[in-house]
Amino acid sequence: MKFTEEHEWLKPEGDLVVVGITEHAAEQLGDIVFVELPEPDGSVSKGDEVVVIESVKAASDILAPIDGEIVEVNTALADNPGLVNEDAMGKAWFFKMKPANMADVDGYMTEAEYKDMIG
Amino acid sequence: MADLTDAGLKRTPLHGLHQRLGAKMVRFAGWEMPVQYALGVMKEHLHTRSAAGLFDVSHMGQVILRPRSGRVEDAAAALERLVPVDLLGLKEGRQRYAMFTSEAGGILDDLMVAHRGDHLFLVVNASRAEADIAHMKAHLSDVCEVLPVSGRALLALQGPAAEAVLDGVAHGCKTMHFMDVGVFHAGDAELWVSRSGYTGEDGFEISVPSEKAVGLAGVLLARPEVEPIGLGARDSLRLEAGLCLHGSDIDEGTTPIEADLAWAIQKARREGGAREGGFPGAPRILRELADGPARRRIGFLPEGRAPMRGGTPLFAAEDTAEPVGEVTSGGFGPSVDCPVSMGYVATGLAQPGTQLWGEVRGKRLPATVAELPFRPSRYKR
Repeated sequence: MKFTEEHEWLKPEGDLVVVGITEHAAEQLGDIVFVELPEPDGSVSKGDEVVVIESVKAASDILAPIDGEIVEVNTALADNPGLVNEDAMGKAWFFKMKPANMADVDGYMTEAEYKDMIG
Repeated sequence: MADLTDAGLKRTPLHGLHQRLGAKMVRFAGWEMPVQYALGVMKEHLHTRSAAGLFDVSHMGQVILRPRSGRVEDAAAALERLVPVDLLGLKEGRQRYAMFTSEAGGILDDLMVAHRGDHLFLVVNASRAEADIAHMKAHLSDVCEVLPVSGRALLALQGPAAEAVLDGVAHGCKTMHFMDVGVFHAGDAELWVSRSGYTGEDGFEISVPSEKAVGLAGVLLARPEVEPIGLGARDSLRLEAGLCLHGSDIDEGTTPIEADLAWAIQKARREGGAREGGFPGAPRILRELADGPARRRIGFLPEGRAPMRGGTPLFAAEDTAEPVGEVTSGGFGPSVDCPVSMGYVATGLAQPGTQLWGEVRGKRLPATVAELPFRPSRYKR
């Protein structure tokens, strides 16, 4: 599993990459009350705003961490946004991407590096 | 989280307690305040509605108006120069909601005024305290001493269990009704208690000497019904209760009539009343009372789950170019389990049931005008 400075995690799964946000990020955001997911059929570029999450406090964007195509979204989050607070690193994944280049994932932080970053 | 230590922020007497309780602290109106504790905003909100929540609201301004004549009605008559409220009709041991108005009819601040026998006791917003005190000194000093209260903290205990909990500490307060005020003793601490709050729940606001505040908070928090509640849940609670936040829902650009606060202007100050007008902005405010305002504060329910927050423009249709109003407060209502918002729209669109559209992230989403409060209030009348 790899981690971005934007507090996303990326987990390779066959030729796909699963993307979510870290437990640390979920804790900082507070109770999540709304998740807006993208259509599961579009190609996106790194840095595109693909998901909006709203906590009791504010709205935040989740960015596409790499170039590729979004092939599946986690519809369970639309019905139960609180899943992000309960299981950010597991059941509350946001979307699965088919990366334009799987090697793009390697550039991100390891778990140890991420933990160093958040202190 | 930004470091608040060197930001020159004021701290309440409960600061150390907040830290021990693991609060997340934020900057608010020049103060370092707890926005949430370990429970988090959602659970804190729900706990307040089901049991009792303890809030530190010591940042709010406490002010005494002491009449130079010794006659409290002189202070009441003087303060009537600045607010559109009947204060001569306010009885001893009672409190009223009021607002300082501007010459243009806007709301400089909203406040509580209590009649405490030989003086009036005011609670004003933290962000406006300094300006309010200067305003009163400029206009009331001939009749009253304007005395900011230092050395007292302010706590709020809110929720259905508040009465039983507080009565165990301040014996007799359970006999109070909504908007009563009184003095009670907890040990050797003199408490100035009002039966009021900012949550839509029954509850109390308690002015306590600063050096006794941590002790009192500790006694209340030791009760299993009581959890500490931060500013985050305070905001969602007051939003569900349809209560205005000064600086968001009301300000110098909104009149009390536009803000749907006409109920706070008693007959004596209205057209044909015993003391008609006589407050800043009276011509506009009385005209709007008679003819209706051009726009009005409303509550509305967005369809779906996406909150419509302050600043969201509102439209009469999905495709019209010109907005008909704007959201002033909005978020998720944990007790109603859906997003809730307040805002202003042209009066013709203010009827409950009217369909509106809010533009969120470039998309027009439907919403329906609703009665306020979103959830019935549970005051003990």
